[in-house]
Amino acid sequence: MANKTAVETTLNGEETTFLCEPRQTLLEALRDELGLIGSKEGCGNGNCGACNVLLDGVLVNSCLVLAPEIEGRSVVTIEGIAEDGELHPLQQKFLEHASLQCGICTPGFIVSSKALLDENPNPTEHDVRLWLAGNLCRCTGYDKIVRAVLDVAQNNA
Amino acid sequence: MADTKHNGTAAYDLASNGKVDGDGTGQNGYKVIGTRPVRPDGVDKVTGRAVYAADVQMTGLLHGKILRSPHAHAHIRSIDTSKAEALPGVRAVVTAADLPVAEDKIEDLGEGAINLKYLSDNILAHEKALYHGHAVAAVAAISPHIAEEAVSLIDVDYDLLPAVMTVDDALADDAPILLDTLRTDAMGEIGAQPTNLASFFRHQRGDLDAAFADAHLVVERAFRTETVHQGYIEPQAATALYSADGQITIWTSTQGSFAVRGQVAEILKIPVSRLKVIPTEIGGGFGGKINVYVEPVAVLLSQKAGYEPVKIVMNRADVLAATGPTSGSNIRVKIAVDVNGKITAGLAELYYEAGAYPGSPVGAAANVSLAPYAIDNLQVDGYDIVVNRPRSAAYRAPGGTNAAFAVESVVDELAEKLGMDAADFRILNGAKEKDRRPDGVQYARIGQIETVQAIKNSRHYQTSLEGKYRGRGIASGYWNNWGGQSSATAALNPDGTVNLNEASTDIGGTRASISMQLAEALEIGYEQVKTRVVDTDTVAYNDVTGGSRTTFATGWAAYDLGQKLKQEMKRRLADVWDVSPQDVSYEDGIFYAGDESLPFVEAANVVQREEPLMASSTVHPQDFGPGFSTQCVDVEIDPETGKITILRYTIAQDVGKAIHPSYVEGQMQGGVAQGIGWAINEEYIYDDEGHLLNASLLDYRMPTALDLPMIDTILVEVPSPGHPYGVRGVGEVNIVPPAGAIANAVYDATGVRMDKLPISPANLLEAMWAKEAEAAGKPVPGDD
Ligand code: FES
Ligand code: FES
Repeated sequence: MANKTAVETTLNGEETTFLCEPRQTLLEALRDELGLIGSKEGCGNGNCGACNVLLDGVLVNSCLVLAPEIEGRSVVTIEGIAEDGELHPLQQKFLEHASLQCGICTPGFIVSSKALLDENPNPTEHDVRLWLAGNLCRCTGYDKIVRAVLDVAQNNA
Repeated sequence: MADTKHNGTAAYDLASNGKVDGDGTGQNGYKVIGTRPVRPDGVDKVTGRAVYAADVQMTGLLHGKILRSPHAHAHIRSIDTSKAEALPGVRAVVTAADLPVAEDKIEDLGEGAINLKYLSDNILAHEKALYHGHAVAAVAAISPHIAEEAVSLIDVDYDLLPAVMTVDDALADDAPILLDTLRTDAMGEIGAQPTNLASFFRHQRGDLDAAFADAHLVVERAFRTETVHQGYIEPQAATALYSADGQITIWTSTQGSFAVRGQVAEILKIPVSRLKVIPTEIGGGFGGKINVYVEPVAVLLSQKAGYEPVKIVMNRADVLAATGPTSGSNIRVKIAVDVNGKITAGLAELYYEAGAYPGSPVGAAANVSLAPYAIDNLQVDGYDIVVNRPRSAAYRAPGGTNAAFAVESVVDELAEKLGMDAADFRILNGAKEKDRRPDGVQYARIGQIETVQAIKNSRHYQTSLEGKYRGRGIASGYWNNWGGQSSATAALNPDGTVNLNEASTDIGGTRASISMQLAEALEIGYEQVKTRVVDTDTVAYNDVTGGSRTTFATGWAAYDLGQKLKQEMKRRLADVWDVSPQDVSYEDGIFYAGDESLPFVEAANVVQREEPLMASSTVHPQDFGPGFSTQCVDVEIDPETGKITILRYTIAQDVGKAIHPSYVEGQMQGGVAQGIGWAINEEYIYDDEGHLLNASLLDYRMPTALDLPMIDTILVEVPSPGHPYGVRGVGEVNIVPPAGAIANAVYDATGVRMDKLPISPANLLEAMWAKEAEAAGKPVPGDD
């Protein structure tokens, strides 16, 4: 059996050390070693965005990052988006706009949308659609997702 | 009078629309119905806390992986599992030899009848592999990686057979036979010869030949559509846990926990009383999560691994290769009109590919085909055909999109040739109350014509579309919907809240729409109802979340629970107040009798001082109303690449009474997005030997946010007479028209009538070139 390595990282703002196999992806480590089940696997090869997390503030598919690669870096997952028990405005607007049906894509969309708004607080509809093209949703047709993100952006303005 | 609500992009005001109290307050006297509250499971789903099937964890959990056939059609000579078993960390290996012998009998275990032998054979192949991806063996090991390694160590000796991939292959005189025992069932008459044609049926009325002979104009066309997948984002996953007393618990992502219980019980010959199925949150289904794939294998592996718990999570390639896609089809449609544009005759021939085992949705497709039109002389023929593709499964309005694509293309051509507006043609010929659908069933109150009218009056249709290579198309569609059986219980808490337990998987906000119906019935606040989706041990049998039935039928059970609780509260208050129960009234959340009055919250406490109060309800409503939808789309074609851009899309749908309008709109938008994918991109691509070439989400290309515009919805509310709140199923009919509407828009833009789906860039370019060549009198490129 493969030896495990220790990885030191900052996870959702907290210093964390965990053990993982070198062949495990960040997604597997989050879900299976750290109990953070909010990041989802829809494809395992970078095509759906359900596993998206922020790595040093940059949006990545956690299924395409090996867990040991996050050594010394900072990771934010869906579990770290709400702060001090308060939903993030994106989470609030996704609820109000009924932007989720089955909800499996939702963590990925919220993480991706946060990355967008961090970079561009006032996106156009086209900006939102272009940025979110890496996240697949099969339930909603995206209409209510795009509206929720635009609604948050409008309140930013 | 139909009540029509617009939610057009232009009118959509972001600032006001996020409000949780929505726009329906008080409409038709309702207090809760028609509002837009936040769903009960919402916070867990936006914070990542909701538990889906792959999220189930427990101590000692083993991980299962399945070995799949790399061949489309092959005899399995032998399977050598010794190397896999010897790998450290492996706890069990199973093949079909470990399955109990299945009976050769047909049973309905949730959705659609299936022969139990086929059901078992699809779980693990017995003598033959019947499609690329067919499960052949499975391994349980201490980690998913070890299980994967072990699977690659299993040696299977195959004897290859020619692959039968299409209707034409399967019906050829010398076609290789997939299933030795299969005989054609032609409306009860069983054929004598082995065949790939599982069944044939015909619906017929009037005098078709005479009507075609007398017609002013006849259009006849043949069409081909490819296999597509439901495309849910969450792959199938299940965990099986044995208890020391022999009870088995299964956590799984399913549209129907009782359907899973029934199928696992039959496949493994375990009494249902020993099985408890816990439906986890589900990451999409669309019909594809009714059949079982991994659940029986997890139980089997667990048995063999000394009763350790086993979890199986499919990967995406397996989902595409081995779980039910929906049928590809060959369709011929012929429709005649008289000089006034009235349809006088309609013929549809539907050849559907069932996949490896009988059971394509051709029966439902037959009813969809000509349903929107009143036609006196009609014939619809259906053929169910086995081919070396995965066993087909339900997909949102199963079979409907294929059939409507063909019919709506022909209808559009007729309107054009008559010089009639496409909407007016549909209004003139539209089916209404007392008309009959293709199989002869008479319609009650329906809203087909209202949906066409709504499109005709829409801002979209009233605004002209300018520009070269741009075009507009409309199409209509029908779906039968379903009632089905539901059961639920409601316990009254002393603080005036109610715990509602029901067993309909919540795929798109039904906890909210069911809570709302109980709240309305009890005249209490939405937040006073706590709805939970429970397991198969907790309530009685409950049909799948499918057929657009959950808000209708489980909602009906919620309504019924409300009536029962109210009744019993009145009875008990009558005792307390020493009056007769008839003298107790209930209005606006307050009980009254003479001078006495008590608000619901306090009454909840008072009536339970002596005895707790709960109600149960089982329902099987029959008068579900069918749904109709008419849709309008504007497209732009890139003449260099053949790529279609969807510029604008408007859906009008007869939704009955919309309980939670946001989720109704969401169903409409989601169904149309799937329909757009089906129309312009999605298809299973196989090579000549039947190898699936595009089993990834990069190559099986579903629409992204960038591929779609906002999708405008017009909720045409024709209340269904068969439900206390007028609810009609809303989930499925929306996927029926898009392919036809887009094909008609493509014609408007390019002058090309597409006779196949998808209208992918390659297919469209080829058709445009062929048309140019034909116009120039040159040979068609690529045709020799
Ligand atoms: S699971 Fe990582 S992109 Fe799909
Ligand atoms: S809500 Fe189901 S995939 Fe997006």
